Amino acid sequence: MSYLASHPLRVATLLGGHVEIVAVALAVALLIAVPLGLFAARRPRLSPWLLGTLGAIYTIPSLALLAVLVRAFGLGFAPIFVALVVYAQFMLARNVVAGIAGVDPAQVDAARGLGMSPLQVLLRVEFPQALPVMIGGVRIAAIAMIAIATLGGYVGGVGLGVLIFNGLTLHQPQMIVAGSVTASALAVAVDALLRLVERRFATA
Amino acid sequence: MSSITFDGVTVRYPGAESDAVENVSFECDDGELVVLLGPSGCGKSTLLRTVNRLVPLAAGRVRIDGNDVNALDAVELRRSVGYVIQAVGLFAHMTVAQNVAVVPSLRGWSRDETARRVDELLRMIGLDPAAYRDRRPSRLSGGEAQRVGVARAIAARPRALLMDEPFGAVDAIVRTALQRELVRIVAELHTTTLFVTHDMDEAFRLADRIVVMRSGRVEQVARPQELFERPATEYVRDLVHAGDDVYRRYFMRGRALLRGLAE
Amino acid sequence: MAELWAHVAQHLTLAGAALALALLAGLPLGVLAAESAGLRGGVLALAGVGRTLPSLAVLMLLLPWLGVGMAPAIVALALLAIPPIVISVDLAIRGVPAAALDAAAGMGMTPLQRFARVVVPLALPVSFSGLRTAATETIASATLATFIGAGGLGDEIVRGLQTDDAALLFAAAAVVAALALGADLALGAAGRIVAPRT
Repeated sequence: MSYLASHPLRVATLLGGHVEIVAVALAVALLIAVPLGLFAARRPRLSPWLLGTLGAIYTIPSLALLAVLVRAFGLGFAPIFVALVVYAQFMLARNVVAGIAGVDPAQVDAARGLGMSPLQVLLRVEFPQALPVMIGGVRIAAIAMIAIATLGGYVGGVGLGVLIFNGLTLHQPQMIVAGSVTASALAVAVDALLRLVERRFATA
Repeated sequence: MSSITFDGVTVRYPGAESDAVENVSFECDDGELVVLLGPSGCGKSTLLRTVNRLVPLAAGRVRIDGNDVNALDAVELRRSVGYVIQAVGLFAHMTVAQNVAVVPSLRGWSRDETARRVDELLRMIGLDPAAYRDRRPSRLSGGEAQRVGVARAIAARPRALLMDEPFGAVDAIVRTALQRELVRIVAELHTTTLFVTHDMDEAFRLADRIVVMRSGRVEQVARPQELFERPATEYVRDLVHAGDDVYRRYFMRGRALLRGLAE
Repeated sequence: MAELWAHVAQHLTLAGAALALALLAGLPLGVLAAESAGLRGGVLALAGVGRTLPSLAVLMLLLPWLGVGMAPAIVALALLAIPPIVISVDLAIRGVPAAALDAAAGMGMTPLQRFARVVVPLALPVSFSGLRTAATETIASATLATFIGAGGLGDEIVRGLQTDDAALLFAAAAVVAALALGADLALGAAGRIVAPRT
C-alpha cells in the first residue's frame, strides 16, 4: 500500500490509461458485436456456428493470443487493443442472441399483429426487453477486459500492468501489490456499477 | 386396511398470524375415499401433509389405525403411506420403472419381486410395460406422467394414499379418465385415500365423503348426497349449488354404479 | 521440442493440482451455499468478488507472502477456480425441482438418501458446466504463472517473444489453445456421459 501512498499520481495516470483502453475497446467491440448478434439471432441455424467459433477464440489464453498479435503489430497499444476487441466479441454477441431469444414470442406476435414493421418490432419490443441481458454481457466483457488489459503492462507499457511488470523487473513488491490491488478494485467497482445499471433497466 | 383419525388438529406456520388449520376433527374409515374440498389457501393441503408428517402439528393428534403418527418414525411412516402431488415430481434421471420401484427398493424388496410389481402396476394404470418400462419421464404426456405418479405411490402396497390435487394440471378429458381409473383402483385395492381438490365436480365424482374446508376450519363432513340435501352452513349451500348441480347428481349415480360393479 | 513437452507436462500439473484443490474446497462450499439460506448470501458474494478479480492480480497478490514458484501459483490458480465451482454447484442444487424433493420426502427417503439419490444426480449436469468453465480458465490462467517463476507453457511464449522466435511462439500458443479447447471438449463429453439421461 505504501507505493500507492507515495506515488498517487503515477497510479492515477496508469489507472486512467487502463480505463481508457478498456472503454474505447469496449465501444469498438459493441459496434461489431451488436449487429453480429442481431444477425445471428435472426438465423437460428447459423448462430450456434458463429457463437461456437467466437467461443473457441475466447478459450485461447490471452497471453498466447497477445504474443501472436505482437508478432503482427509490434509492441505497443495495438496488440492489446485488438486482443480486447476480439475477446469481447464472444461475451457480447452471446448475450445479444440470448437476450433476443428470451423475448416472449407472444409479445412479438402481438406486436406484428398490431401492425409494427420488422424494424419497429425490433426497436420497440425486442431490443428494450433484451437490454438487461445485453448489459449483463457488457458487464462480463468489461470485467474480462480489465483483466486482460493488465497484460498491457507487458506488451505495450499501458495500464496498471505497468506497475506489476516494472515491479517484477525492479524487484519491488510494493509496486506489484499496488498495481494488482488497484486493478482488482477497478474490476470490483465496474462490476458493481454495471450491476446497478442492469437492475435499473430490468425494473423499467 | 387402515383408518385415519384427526383429533383437534391445529397447524400454525412459523411467523404466521393465524392458524393454517384450526382444531380439525374427523375420521376416515378403512377403505374410504375422503375428499378435502375448499378454495386455495383453506388449509386442505396442509391438513393432508400432517398425515405423513411433512407438516408438524401445533396441537391435536393424527392417528393411523389408532397409532399416533408422531410416535412413529417419520421415514418409516412415509414409506408406508403413498403420496401423489399435482406437480407429480417424477425423478427426471430415472426411468418409469425405476421411479415406480423407489419405495419397494427403499424397503428392500428383491429385484424379481420389484420387477414383477412394476409390470403389474403399469398394467393396472393402463400403460403397456414393454413400451413404458424404460421410458424417461420427459417422454411422457401429462396424463401418463400422473398415472406413473399414482403407480409409484401405491407400489409398496401402502396402508393409506394421500393425493394433493393430483389431476389439477391435466386437461379435462384425461382428468375424467384418470378419475375413473382412480375410483376403480381404490375400490380394487381397498386403500384408504385422502384426496385434496378445489374442484367441486371432481369431489362429487370421487368421494365417499367430503370434508368442506374454509379458512383452516371444517364447515361440514358428509356424504355427497347429504351435502345437497342438508348443507350445514350457508357457505356449503352456496358451494354445492354453484354451477351445474344436475351434472353432479348424475355423477354421484354413475359412481354408485361403478362401485357396485367393482364389488 | 523435448523442452516444449516438458513444459506441457508442467502446465498440466499446475492446472490439474489447482483444479483438484479448487474442487476440494468448492464442492462443499457450493453445497453449503445451497443448503444454508443464512450462509448463501455471504458465500455467493465472496464468490462473485472472486470471479471479478483479474487472474494476473491474484497471482501477483500472493507473491509478497508466498514468494515465487509452483506452490504459490497452484494456490493462486485454485483460488481463481473456486468461484465458478461454488456458483454452479449452488445453482445446480437449487435448480432441483421442488416437486421432486417433496415427492422424495413424502416417499420416506432420509435426508441423506434424498441428497444421494435425487439431488446429486439431478444437480450433476449444471455442476459439471461449472467445472468445465473452471478447467478452461485455469489452463488459460496457468500461462501467466510464468511471471512468478512457476514454469508451464507461459515460459515458452515469453521466450518466443523475447528471442523473436516466431515458430516457437506459434507452437507454444497453439499448444495452450489446444489444451484449453481440448479440456473444454473433453469435459463437455464427460459431462454428457456422467449426466443422467432425462
